[in-house]
Amino acid sequence: MASSFLEIGLEAGRRWQKLTAGDRPWIRVGTALCGEAAGAFEVAAAVESELASQGVSAEVSRVGCLGLCFAEPLLDVQLPGGHRVFYGNVDPTSVAEIVSAHVGDGAPVTAMALGYLAQEGSDAPVPDGIPDLDQHPMRVWENRIALKNAGNIDPMDIHQYVANGGYQALHKALTDLDPQKTLDEVKASGLRGRGGAAFPTATKWSFLAGNPATEKYVLCNCEEGDPGAFNDKNILESDPGTLVEGVIIAGYATGASKGYIFIRHGHNGPIDRCRAAVDQARELGFLGENIMGSDFSYEIEIALTGDSYVAGEESALMEAIEGKRAMPRFRPPFPAQFGLFGKPTNINNVKTLAYIPEIVSKGGEWFAGIGHDTSTGTVILCLTGPLKYTGMVEVPLGINLKDVIYEAAGGMRDGKTLKLLQTGGPLGGVLGADNIDLVLDFEILRDAGAIVGAGGIIAADETACIVDLTRSLIAFCQYESCGKCFPCRMGMSHLLEVLERICDLEGTPDDLTLMRSVGENMQAGSLCGHGQLGFNPVSSALRYFGPEFDAHIIDRTCPTGTCLTPRFSPAESRR
Amino acid sequence: MSGLEQRIHDAVHGQTQPTVTVLSSLLAVEDELGYIPKEALDFVAGFSKATVNDVWAVASFYPNFRFEPPAEHVVEVCWGASCHLVGAMGVFKSVLEAAGLEDEGDTLDKRLTVRFNTCLGACSQAPVMSMDHHLAGRVNPEIAGKNVARLLEQEGHGE
Repeated sequence: MASSFLEIGLEAGRRWQKLTAGDRPWIRVGTALCGEAAGAFEVAAAVESELASQGVSAEVSRVGCLGLCFAEPLLDVQLPGGHRVFYGNVDPTSVAEIVSAHVGDGAPVTAMALGYLAQEGSDAPVPDGIPDLDQHPMRVWENRIALKNAGNIDPMDIHQYVANGGYQALHKALTDLDPQKTLDEVKASGLRGRGGAAFPTATKWSFLAGNPATEKYVLCNCEEGDPGAFNDKNILESDPGTLVEGVIIAGYATGASKGYIFIRHGHNGPIDRCRAAVDQARELGFLGENIMGSDFSYEIEIALTGDSYVAGEESALMEAIEGKRAMPRFRPPFPAQFGLFGKPTNINNVKTLAYIPEIVSKGGEWFAGIGHDTSTGTVILCLTGPLKYTGMVEVPLGINLKDVIYEAAGGMRDGKTLKLLQTGGPLGGVLGADNIDLVLDFEILRDAGAIVGAGGIIAADETACIVDLTRSLIAFCQYESCGKCFPCRMGMSHLLEVLERICDLEGTPDDLTLMRSVGENMQAGSLCGHGQLGFNPVSSALRYFGPEFDAHIIDRTCPTGTCLTPRFSPAESRR
Repeated sequence: MSGLEQRIHDAVHGQTQPTVTVLSSLLAVEDELGYIPKEALDFVAGFSKATVNDVWAVASFYPNFRFEPPAEHVVEVCWGASCHLVGAMGVFKSVLEAAGLEDEGDTLDKRLTVRFNTCLGACSQAPVMSMDHHLAGRVNPEIAGKNVARLLEQEGHGE
């Protein structure tokens, strides 16, 4: 018999108290994929070996991502009962000084510090001469709901999640609410799917809840193949507990019997951390039979897919879990009637489900009070390209896109100017720099020819060629077309062929008409969004950068010179 | 049973998750061997009560599967839009030069595989490459070439 939720909470609180205000410092190193690429594991190893060789005692945790990816490797030191002091762009060779001065002698290395984060409940003075990290441009606009624990807790330790409010929402749903009332809170929140389609989550859930079958599934989609978006993987790496709790609550509200979390094979950081979160939830009685003493029983399994972008499409995803080729199905029947293994099914994105615990805890109306019009809540943006501050921010919908780029991301680096934004993944669109004075809202961005999508925003400066970028996006779409619908399979190849011709300065004015005609056929004749939306990169590029296409076609010149440099693409994307 | 057949058998039967499918079995073999030999197609077909055609349909669909033994090392270069915009093409060119290759694929001595990856997931550190699945971000052509050279100095992973 597992301990009661109250006992688990007390134990988690004791452990957290020991970590943050015990007898030794706590060092946290950001080790999501972004940190790994910057060398965070080497830094973490250097920290451990310096502690050993200097004879200094401290707790070391490999946490997720705080969002400030530009500063990675990022580590922080929290002296017992004190505030967190962060060091950015840490080199293994600078670890010795941080360990001896700060961890050993308690004196922060002011010259190297990026900033501090004041800790609730600490009465220690804030460190002298070190900036408040909450005033950093990347953090001032933020309102962290789904990301509230990211970078703060060890993703492999469920007790740290519980100590920070974890599983209170599930407890509330099981004891104070019934499934219908839980669904009502999600409805009141106005939450819309964050995977790209922005469909109202409660409506989708009600389709499944209304199906009387006893065997029903909730699928959580972390396929996330969008180049430029890493927020799903990042949530799994930083705070898998929030996601797992969201999947359990979704199951409760819809009367489902099992949840699946679907991740691409090979992304071991997200997979391992998610597995640990599921296993530990089961050990503590948050999964399995009669969860928290209620009559609700539920299981979660982690399913892996091979490399396939289309596997992120909801019906192709079910095919992949069933072990087949990831190709979309005909609809109807819709998943809520005939889904995974023929059973009623709901598919939700990671980000969508990561909002659920806070929505249930604080109430749907609280969430609906954030955001803009029918785009409620926050959006988790991945800011990439040659920006001054790259990383991940969670900002309220309704924020101006200009502020995101010029303030939060600090504008372009190396004194360059912004040329365009590419938003919403490869099937999204581009916006010219003069057209980004837009409020972030699902409808406003869609009408401007771009989409919020999964939250990826790629910025490009004046050295980027729009034709080359469009060719690169279509090369991706062509490579990833599953091949089921020929308008998509052949249309993508035709588009790529034409774009390569234009890049080679051998295009003709008829090529633009030809691409539009191919695009219309793809939209009309494809089963899923891949073909239906696949012309977006081209149409939005033509909308904002028509003259640059003309320069390639009529003047036979590439204004940036990009198209004159060597070009490579995967063998499988060649015809 | 040959050593290879034994390893295929153990990988497929060693799956612990409740939902075992053709795809999950192939992924288990790929994890164990680094490739899908013909014997594995036959074995997974028998194990899954499917035809070899059905198994091949799945195996040939996902580009992460390869059908000949892996080279000692693998280098992947991300060609997603975030990386493309900050120099992925130059990185790829440099990687090919360091590997002595004209294009994606294996070196003749099977010491190195070079391939594109659609997104390695660390877009904020673009351009990104990986050496034996360890990510390296903010690379440039010079660093990328050195990374390949350093990798080739190491012993292989001994598949």
